[in-house]
Amino acid sequence: MSLKAFHIVFISLSVLTLLGFTAWLALTEAVESGVVRVLGALLSLLSGVGLIFYGRRFVRKFKHFSYL
Amino acid sequence: MHIPYTIHARPDTGLFNAKLGVWLFLASEVMLFGALFSSYVLLRIGAPSWPHGFEILNIPLATLNTVVLITSSITMVMAWASLKIHDFARYKRYIGATVGLGFVFLIIKAFEYGAKFSAGIYPSESTFLAIYFTLTGLHGLHVVGGMIVNGYFWGPGSRMWHTEPERFTNRIEVAGLYWHFVDLVWIFLFPVLYLL
Repeated sequence: MSLKAFHIVFISLSVLTLLGFTAWLALTEAVESGVVRVLGALLSLLSGVGLIFYGRRFVRKFKHFSYL
Repeated sequence: MHIPYTIHARPDTGLFNAKLGVWLFLASEVMLFGALFSSYVLLRIGAPSWPHGFEILNIPLATLNTVVLITSSITMVMAWASLKIHDFARYKRYIGATVGLGFVFLIIKAFEYGAKFSAGIYPSESTFLAIYFTLTGLHGLHVVGGMIVNGYFWGPGSRMWHTEPERFTNRIEVAGLYWHFVDLVWIFLFPVLYLL
């Protein structure tokens, strides 16, 4: 597996983590401050969506690099 | 003496030597961290009560560190891609940024550890803290290792680009695979230790 393939796997798992963190912040009672929760969830969601776009751009830009 | 398959892939495996070597090494790393993760799960299942990570640990700092490591994986892959398109100056900027982000991660981690120690929170306090410090400490050591390797390829090691560019590009790919593995371990550590 090349660095390109591993990077795609890593970015996919990072997106899942960030979206999971968004859901955790939305549902948890652990963070008391509502502002911190909303701001954190929003930033996490935006980062996750941003990574999806980055991942798509990365795959397109470096399509001539090998996956092996 | 000529060593074969340092630049081009061996036909039967489809890999050059260093890539095969790093994947074997990463397999042993999976076993190391896998054993520690398994210990964590078994200890947690067997414990009558277990603290939630978010009650003790600093979530904002850990989140910031997650963003730092994700960004560093992007700069790492861009360093490799820059060499593939023969842009050495851009490679230098990206690999330098990767080393810098690793340093930022360690500074944030030092703040986190410092706050714990000054509050009298040590690994001997509880099983949870013992495994938290073991896992994050071992991960931190791996970050230091990656920074040493990337720092070498940023500085004196980069001279190889002028004599053997393809072999140097392969070396950066291998260093990048290791760096991604270290980042991936953190992607697992963050939810397991801090959120659950």
